[in-house]
Amino acid sequence: MTKRKIKIDYRIGIHLFFIIFSLAFIIPFIYVLSISFSNDMDIKQYGYQFIPKTFDLGAYTYVFQNPEQLLSSYKITTFTSLVGTFCSVMIMALMAYPLSRSNFTYRKQVSFFVFFTMIFGGGLIPSYILITKYLRLGNTVWIYLFAGLANAWHIIIMRTFFQSLPSALVESAKMDGAGELKILFRIIMPLSKPVIATISLFILLQRWNDWATALVYINNKRLYTLQFLLQRILREAEFINTMMNEGMDNHLVGGMINIPTESIRFAMCVVAAGPMLIIFPFFQKYFVKGLTIGSVKG
Amino acid sequence: MTSAKPKLGKDRAKLKTNRRFASFKSNAEFFLLCLPGLLYFFVFHYLPMGGILIAFKEYNYKLGIFGSKWIGLKNFEFFFLSQDAWRITRNTVGYSFLFMLTGMFSAVLVALLLNELKNKSLIKYYQTTMILPHFLSWVIVAFITFIMLNPAYGVLNKALISLGFEERQWYSEFKYWPPILTISNVWKHVGMSSVIYYSSLMGADKEMYEAATIDGAGRFKQAIYISIPFLVPIMTIMLILNLGNVFRGDFGLFYQVPRDIGALYPATDIIDTYVYRGLFSGSIGMASAVGFFQSFIGLFMVAVSNQIIRKINPENSLY
Repeated sequence: MTKRKIKIDYRIGIHLFFIIFSLAFIIPFIYVLSISFSNDMDIKQYGYQFIPKTFDLGAYTYVFQNPEQLLSSYKITTFTSLVGTFCSVMIMALMAYPLSRSNFTYRKQVSFFVFFTMIFGGGLIPSYILITKYLRLGNTVWIYLFAGLANAWHIIIMRTFFQSLPSALVESAKMDGAGELKILFRIIMPLSKPVIATISLFILLQRWNDWATALVYINNKRLYTLQFLLQRILREAEFINTMMNEGMDNHLVGGMINIPTESIRFAMCVVAAGPMLIIFPFFQKYFVKGLTIGSVKG
Repeated sequence: MTSAKPKLGKDRAKLKTNRRFASFKSNAEFFLLCLPGLLYFFVFHYLPMGGILIAFKEYNYKLGIFGSKWIGLKNFEFFFLSQDAWRITRNTVGYSFLFMLTGMFSAVLVALLLNELKNKSLIKYYQTTMILPHFLSWVIVAFITFIMLNPAYGVLNKALISLGFEERQWYSEFKYWPPILTISNVWKHVGMSSVIYYSSLMGADKEMYEAATIDGAGRFKQAIYISIPFLVPIMTIMLILNLGNVFRGDFGLFYQVPRDIGALYPATDIIDTYVYRGLFSGSIGMASAVGFFQSFIGLFMVAVSNQIIRKINPENSLY
């Protein structure tokens, strides 16, 4: 009897630990929300509050009245995420398929060509010079598309998965006179949905959260990604002011001095990052699966 | 009969050329499929590798990579004689090891504790909350650390004051930053990396635990003598794989969370942030020397770590 009691007790201890520990992951989000619904007077007086002293929608009013910058960042981020992910998956599948076929004579050489980029690279400065000076992709939307278009590791994962499919499928399709492209799209890809879905989500998350590309290559405000917009908003109160004044008529500017920059900063964070943050965790199982797929040898 | 033989030989020859043609045709087809990817890797990965020679030149934007003047090892001299060299190398490598150890310790601990629990829906809840930061960019994490550390309105300073302590200037004194960066890093990664260990514990032999219980070993002893040894191989692999990257830091963490504040550089500047700043502050020469140094040491470290893994467990080697 006593032994059983002890057993229950120690589990309760662990549960208690995890309940407190998981609060460390939830409380920050509540803070972000609360601050976005506070007013700046309260923040200045009491600091950031876990629950707003007075519930104030002022910050959101400002954000939604001046949505130009936010909308263009949403457009850019959505475009690069969707189009970029699609192009990446296509290019990588096209490359992974020949590498999975044993009758491709130059399989080893091409594999090495791809693989070597994983362990050696020129680094930031040569890439920067190449992209801005020679390719002239700086400050254009195309840089988002080309930066990280293909990834050696993802190609290796796809190739390994393609290899695991029965080769009889490919051979019988060849008998029927199908070309390689047709075999890839009609037979291999439909059977590889799990790996394609996992890799697509990886890339989508990466592109949606990308700020570094904009940091290095973009000056034009209209081409900012959401995350880079948020970085500027977090760093510079001045940036919030100009953003909020943009949509205003000149005669109104005089009345815009008391912009609640503190709460706007966090309202922007909620509006810009919130929606996808709610969506991504639903795909958690794919991300977790990706970890185990990744451990398959290349 | 005599005429049949040469005919057969002719057929054979024809078959051979047919086969050769077929193999040529499929190889050509394969190359065509690879072409977009090959082009991408050539332009965006191999051309910059050549551009690494910029480290031996005095870069002039107008003259470009080819036109700029060769200056030999001048850039390296400047860099290694500057006080930055030691600082950023120490920070990069130091944090890599610190994160490796704290990251692994926290992930294994969480996995071991989760392994003790039975309630599926609560386990799921804990895991989901811990994985949330995986979906955040470092920019959002920087918002959160800003809420905590803001000197005037921040949660930590308010808490310190209400407990009767003095407030601290988190963003102007670098001595606070090693723990802040370590905690941020653990916070962001512990959920996802514990999944690896937790799911491999699921595969541990249940009979071992039963036998241990019969022998009178408590849960704690079982964790020490069964679970941890069971995880050791995968922990070793993770450590060695990370070893290949000790000269690379997480640019996002070190650039976003300390907000690129100069006073904090002694504790927050790593090779990656230094190179980035060099690019935009006009000291391209020195920054490209650092980049060169980082690329080659990186290659060397990966080769070493892979060699070790090949000895221990060839299954997990990179090549």
